[in-house]
Amino acid sequence: MKIHEFQAKELLRAHGVPTPRGAVVSQPEEARRVAEELGTPVVLKAQIHAGGRGKAGGIRLARSPEEAEQLASQMLGMKLVTAQTGPGGRIVRRLLVEEALDIERELYAGLVLDRAAERLVFMVSGEGGVEIEEVATRSPEKILKEHADPAHGLADFQLRRLAFGLGLRDELMRQALRLFRGLYQAYLATDASLAEINPLVVTRDGRLLALDAKINLDDNGLFRHPELLALRDLEEEDPLEVEASRYHLNYIRLDGNVGCMVNGAGLAMATMDVIKLYGGSPANFLDVGGGASAETVANGFRILLSDRNVRAVLINIFGGIVRCDRVAQGVIEASRRVGAKVPIVVRLQGTNAEEAARLLEESGLNFLVASDLAEAAQKAVAAASVA
Amino acid sequence: MGILVDKNTRLVVQGITGGEGSFHTRQMMEYGTNVVAGVTPGKGGQKFDGKVPIFDTVEQAVRETGANASVVFVPPAFAPDAMMEASEAGIPLVVCITEGIPALDMVKVKDYLARRGTLLVGPNCPGVITPGQCKVGIMPGFIHRPGPIGVVSRSGTLTYEAVYQLSQLGLGQSTCVGIGGDPIVGTTFVNVLELFQVDPYTEAVVLIGEIGGTAEEEAAQYIRTSFSKPVVAFIAGQTAPPGRRMGHAGAIIAGGKGTAKEKIEALEEAGVVVCPNPAEIGKTMRSVLRK
Repeated sequence: MKIHEFQAKELLRAHGVPTPRGAVVSQPEEARRVAEELGTPVVLKAQIHAGGRGKAGGIRLARSPEEAEQLASQMLGMKLVTAQTGPGGRIVRRLLVEEALDIERELYAGLVLDRAAERLVFMVSGEGGVEIEEVATRSPEKILKEHADPAHGLADFQLRRLAFGLGLRDELMRQALRLFRGLYQAYLATDASLAEINPLVVTRDGRLLALDAKINLDDNGLFRHPELLALRDLEEEDPLEVEASRYHLNYIRLDGNVGCMVNGAGLAMATMDVIKLYGGSPANFLDVGGGASAETVANGFRILLSDRNVRAVLINIFGGIVRCDRVAQGVIEASRRVGAKVPIVVRLQGTNAEEAARLLEESGLNFLVASDLAEAAQKAVAAASVA
Repeated sequence: MGILVDKNTRLVVQGITGGEGSFHTRQMMEYGTNVVAGVTPGKGGQKFDGKVPIFDTVEQAVRETGANASVVFVPPAFAPDAMMEASEAGIPLVVCITEGIPALDMVKVKDYLARRGTLLVGPNCPGVITPGQCKVGIMPGFIHRPGPIGVVSRSGTLTYEAVYQLSQLGLGQSTCVGIGGDPIVGTTFVNVLELFQVDPYTEAVVLIGEIGGTAEEEAAQYIRTSFSKPVVAFIAGQTAPPGRRMGHAGAIIAGGKGTAKEKIEALEEAGVVVCPNPAEIGKTMRSVLRK
């Protein structure tokens, strides 16, 4: 789960990580009031779930409270298109108004799960303010890393090594240790999957602060953090994806025109791939679960048909424990209820597959039945290009 | 024949009285798996379906029945503890089916099990089957046939699809191992390939990977240097957008890393026949074997 910058900063502050003074606003007048309180200049930062805001005009400097109000009225409600939002962009609904700092150095500090090492890795770099992946590709030697022992965590000597590596000494060294410890604690306390401070800044008056912050949460950890669920911003998500999540369906909207419904994530990805292989383009990823029931099939079907780009549907279910005839009944019921107007190619394989094919053919509905994955994909792609 | 599980496997089911646990215990027993015990804390002394003794702890189950493998059907909040309990009780093989375990928990569990020498398969996996001998997991038994092809996969139903294609062509399987779709899994592709390399009954391997992480690249590295049998691979997620989690917690292209393209290139460089079409995994294996 993604959260906003201002939310990430709140979590970090709760663990002793200093951030610039500031407040979140949703009205231009509020921006003016906050600027008056903080003293100018201030920085206005668009709160959307995507990076690349600065270059796209989503981060602006205001030299007076009046300018803060004026800029806020321009930014609030604007559609911000960054390198990470896609062409559709995101509507800016909130701004974080912060004191502008006099910056001496921009650094990077981040924590992530190192999948290959199977433990957490704490990374710092003297090259802050740019994407860490960019630094990793261009000059990997500029990234310092310390892995957390699975049983004992990160030791102070490791954090000291990172701070010394950044050339931080004396008072800044002490601040760095507290800040690094706080970032690590925040990661553990929230079951994060990524926690990044970029840039981490050294100010001219000798302070170390998180100028920007990003925290992604491990969806699997949310069950033990009900308070973090409140941080989810549904307006940042596709409405169909939000609806699918209510039914515990894994649905991801894509830009093609062949809607797919599959049981199991791997088979769902493979089905998208085979559509592409035969010259088509998948409209979505939809995994109705390894043991697709008639009800989940019906819900999934309704959601994928709500996407107006869908010109044909491919249903690919491998019935193992779940019987194909039960799935076929679900598909038939759902088609009747939803009143699908596009061609539907159905491929059911596994237990009772023949019985399922008979049910589909005798339903009186216009199903195209396929016996293997290749045939199913070819039929779906052909149907989508004709429609 | 085969690896990890066989006729001598004596299985304890952790979470045997739960919905999933009881359903799949019956399915496993029907397949012929020797289920010797169940564990549900607080239900010790009862019997499952009047046949299988239930214990409060894994330690008791091992002492009373000689169980030498465990399968975990416990919900995600309690599964880490269940895996550690099985390891502490001296069980050499733990197969965890549970989906949704937090990654931070798995970092600790994997380390705990590794220090005790326990082999973990999963979590978030369909399990392990040696056709005709023993099924430990949730895969449909009837699609499998005994034979010479080893199968190792990060997926569930996509594996069934591949196995079904193999069986249809008369290509049976030595053992099929679902290693799981999470970012941290107990047994990796390399671990399973090492076992297939020394298994005299395995003549060739189907490897099914997907986007996210670098497990396929590590497998490619191992195959190039140390694996002598033919490998056919399929990598799912060639059309997946970056930054989105594709169902499996581990199936995500993050920071530009973990794309299908990188994995396919690494495997091809290692001499693996990478099949672009998931509908032709079986056919591709047949043509590789005929060469």
